[in-house]
Amino acid sequence: MIARTLPIAVAVLALLTLPLWIGGTYYVNVTSQILFYAIFALGLNVLAGYGGLVSLGHAGLFGISSYVVGYMLQLGYGHTAAILMALAVGNVSMAIYALLSLRSTGIGFIMITLALGQILWGLAYRWISVTGGDNGINVPTRPAPFGLSLADSGNFYYATLVVFLLSVIAVAIFARSPLGAALMGTRDQPRRMNALGYHVLAIRFWACLFSGLLTSVSGILFVYYTQFISPQTLALTSSAEVLLMVISGGPGTLLGPIVGAGLVVVVKNVVSGFIERWNFLLGAIFVAIVILMPEGLVPGTVRLWRLATRKRAPAKAEIKTEGKP
Amino acid sequence: MSTDTQTSGGATPVLELKGLCKSFGGLHATRDVSLRIMAGDRKAIIGPNGAGKTTLFNLITGIYPATSGNILLFGQDVTTWPSHRRTALGMARTFQVTSLFPKLTVLDNVLLAIKGLRPSKFVMWRVLSSYRDVYEKAHQLLEQANFLDRKDTEVRNLSHGEQRQLEIILGLASDPKILLLDEPAAGLSSGESIEMTKFLMGLDPKLAILLIEHDMDVVFDVADEISVLHFGEVLETGSPEQIHSSARVQEIYLGTD
Ligand SMILES: Nc1ncnc2c1ncn2[C@@H]1O[C@H](COP(=O)(O)OP(=O)(O)O)[C@@H](O)[C@H]1O
Ligand SMILES: [Mg+2]
Repeated sequence: MIARTLPIAVAVLALLTLPLWIGGTYYVNVTSQILFYAIFALGLNVLAGYGGLVSLGHAGLFGISSYVVGYMLQLGYGHTAAILMALAVGNVSMAIYALLSLRSTGIGFIMITLALGQILWGLAYRWISVTGGDNGINVPTRPAPFGLSLADSGNFYYATLVVFLLSVIAVAIFARSPLGAALMGTRDQPRRMNALGYHVLAIRFWACLFSGLLTSVSGILFVYYTQFISPQTLALTSSAEVLLMVISGGPGTLLGPIVGAGLVVVVKNVVSGFIERWNFLLGAIFVAIVILMPEGLVPGTVRLWRLATRKRAPAKAEIKTEGKP
Repeated sequence: MSTDTQTSGGATPVLELKGLCKSFGGLHATRDVSLRIMAGDRKAIIGPNGAGKTTLFNLITGIYPATSGNILLFGQDVTTWPSHRRTALGMARTFQVTSLFPKLTVLDNVLLAIKGLRPSKFVMWRVLSSYRDVYEKAHQLLEQANFLDRKDTEVRNLSHGEQRQLEIILGLASDPKILLLDEPAAGLSSGESIEMTKFLMGLDPKLAILLIEHDMDVVFDVADEISVLHFGEVLETGSPEQIHSSARVQEIYLGTD
């Protein structure tokens, strides 16, 4: 128990005190980015990891919520209305997205979600009266919940951290809930699940809505962070990037998408300051991960760790391997 | 409910097939199969590989739609129903190819199986193992099957024989009134086969069983009636003794090859 709770406690403490020791607003901002991209990756992981449904159009859903916030503010609504509307539109969009794509699985699912993502990107580009086309939408202000202005990067960080921690708890419970267990069941043995009385499509649909909620939430944090949204956010490269976060960290695990988000954001922001070709570096890192730890960084590290500790304690015959993420 | 599904005793068959046909393109995998199973019946289907036995199960459970004919469960026409709704009526099956959740423990496999027919299967804000009733049912099920000592073993670490038995335990999790077993003894050693036979004979006598099996020792011990399937067609139906001594069956199946 201690072995499990201690690292979590240390990590939470480190996150809570982060602005005090990280050494600068710039790094606080980078961490905020990691946190909301981690929420996005956790959302995609619900489908791609736990459900075995690799969605390549998630940036479109992420972008919808961002655009709704921008558009609502532009129309003169307040932040609360904008955020609620973004969540509502995001979830309705996810429901439609799910109904269209869940008809197939595997490659078929990838292709349909890819196409849907491209349609959303095209819409952002062409529906100029709402989206402003190429120019995008500026979001001039950030909200100030309980009188705390999120314009301050420290406050924004803490707001993001709260949402992040809530999301992690929600996903952790989801993964052990009846629906989460059923979702993993439909990934591994859809026929068996059907024979057990599960409605496979319904289970996947609910999982999509949960994934969509997390995606919406991260899209809202994103647009308040950058205070700008343009079609680029919905592009295929964005969908691929978040998928890489999931795959590199470890699909179907709780920690994997978070680690993956950290890796991608750090390489993008920090390393790109020193190395011109950061894209190349990112690619090289992924190739290395896929070759050395095909199951992802988190499960791969766990495996190596177990291998090392098993050598030291050969008497322990069967070490329980991670069944549940 | 149509009257002709009633037998003279007034009891409704648990499962009834009427002129069931299935073709895959030009291949007639199931031809005009009719069958009636009452509560507590123990019937077996035998036949050479490719005879259409598994296809028949896939039709009964709704994995494939029937080309023509009808399937009645407890007198209800379920021919066009999806699988999960048929399960909810009281039907369960096992698979010829072991279809378990290999990375989950035995207990988690059973919990998942029990949850299949509960409305709370869609809950995502509560941990599965916190459902006392499901947990207790799983314990009970594993105890009856003498499996409780292995409840925390990951399924992939079980022996093949144990996995075949767990297949059946998962089938029993939904308290079915009819259980379809697709070659439960496939790949078992003769010792394991005997274990399996004992296990099957120890099941609730009210449970109807339809059994596909190649191992004749299992079939002759478990089944009261045997149907022989050949090229998708029921060639002969009779008691184990009749089937054993039938010249036609000898020819195509028990084979003096
Ligand atoms: N999905 C399918 N598509 C096409 N042909 C199939 C399909 N399933 C089974 N068949 C064919 O139907 C025949 C019966 O197969 P099956 O029911 O598996 O036989 P058995 O279980 O008796 O060995 C075989 O010729 C098989 O190739
Ligand atoms: Mg078969």
